[in-house]
Amino acid sequence: MGRRYVGTGLTYVDLSEVNGHLIVLEGSDGVGRTTQLSLLRTWLEVQGYGVIETGWTRSALVRDSIDLAKAGNSLNVLTFNLLYATDYADRLEHEIIPALRSGFIVLADRYIYTAFARAMVRGADPNWIRNLYGFALEPDLVLYLQVDVDTLINRVLRADSLDYWEAGLDHNPGLDPYDSFQRYQARMIREFDRMAEEMHFTVIDARKGVEEIQQDLREAIAHVLNLSPEKPVAEVEER
Amino acid sequence: MARLDEKHTFPGRLIIVEGIDGSGKTTQASLLRHWLASLGVPVFWTEWNSSTLVKSTTKKAKKSNTLTPTTFSLLHATDFADRLSYKIIPPLKAGMLVIADRYAFTAFARDTARGVHPEWVRSLYEFAIKPDIAFYFKVPINVSLKRLLSARMKLKFYEAGMDMGLSKDPAECFELFQSRVLDEYDRMSEEFGFHVIDAVQPIEAQQRQVRAIVERELHHYLAPYLDKARSALPTPQQTPVSA
Repeated sequence: MGRRYVGTGLTYVDLSEVNGHLIVLEGSDGVGRTTQLSLLRTWLEVQGYGVIETGWTRSALVRDSIDLAKAGNSLNVLTFNLLYATDYADRLEHEIIPALRSGFIVLADRYIYTAFARAMVRGADPNWIRNLYGFALEPDLVLYLQVDVDTLINRVLRADSLDYWEAGLDHNPGLDPYDSFQRYQARMIREFDRMAEEMHFTVIDARKGVEEIQQDLREAIAHVLNLSPEKPVAEVEER
Repeated sequence: MARLDEKHTFPGRLIIVEGIDGSGKTTQASLLRHWLASLGVPVFWTEWNSSTLVKSTTKKAKKSNTLTPTTFSLLHATDFADRLSYKIIPPLKAGMLVIADRYAFTAFARDTARGVHPEWVRSLYEFAIKPDIAFYFKVPINVSLKRLLSARMKLKFYEAGMDMGLSKDPAECFELFQSRVLDEYDRMSEEFGFHVIDAVQPIEAQQRQVRAIVERELHHYLAPYLDKARSALPTPQQTPVSA
């Protein structure tokens, strides 16, 4: 399958030998992406695949600027989006593309769709944000862990207290953190749902238990990798 | 959005200067600033790449040499966005005259010369405000190189486009890279309606042209200051205005 860019692309990077697989896991904050990713990684490695994980906002390049801005809450919609795009571009060129070129499976914990959703919720121009990520690489598979906001809140509160940014308090000043979280995450979910339809994400019901979700994810990935999916024990016995 | 081709509605005015390194645009802009300030115009000065938000990141990245054309472009856009919201729009809202030493066009020229998609970098800066006057100081490469070498003796890594690997020799690299940048500026002159100033002329000749253009283009905005300055001249025949 040919590699494609989302839009205008990186005109100076040749994609002809960028094989590998780029698999993206999207979904709300606290939905359980990290747990699922580490299970997927182990599973893939057992199957013999080389795996590299990449996150959102982890590159050495802009970490300082993002942390600095977050600490002072001085990000506005434009700089917020531009810093995240810089971070992604840095990881794309120094991490993702080289890994794919070497035949790795790249597991992305969040991708440009998180940026789209966050930007839309914060009132950015939809065309601008899409064009901004025109240099992005189109993934082979987008797995969207879909959950309703009430299930999400309960899951998040069982794990930890609410985080300022996850609660979207930057654009709901003065609001109670619980209310703000609910309002913000519900809007994020709406954006994700809209994109899931438009861009044909593989939707995974994340209200299920960890093992069941993992099973669904593996099936979707096995399909893309042309692997015969391992049937869960119960299903095998039934036949 | 596409504000770069729409006139802004702020009470202030925005003048920007563009040109390759060594074109003398900063000299011209600061002479313009002195003149306007002497007239009593509230002038606000801003430069390319000066916000604290990305300064340390840009510095670090330049040092470690890990910038790609795209991250280079995005960091500058971040810096620009930060400056636009904190340094350019507020004074424009307050009715001040903002002079920007380099503007989004610098990014269009440099980033495209580095191989970034011209359409992408233009869409990146769609949030920018259209300047009331855009000056382009046009100069041949050999003249700018001579000016730079005599003033500083050493060419900066990114200024010379050394990241492009065009040549091992900084001067040669500068020529190759800046000639690409120059081509981009020439292409943009018409696209964005630059006032092109022949920057080989003597400094004072250029400045006369610059001031004439500013007086003409910003006539309405400058009128009260110009009138006041004229009436303040100590002429013996001056008669006091009767109340």
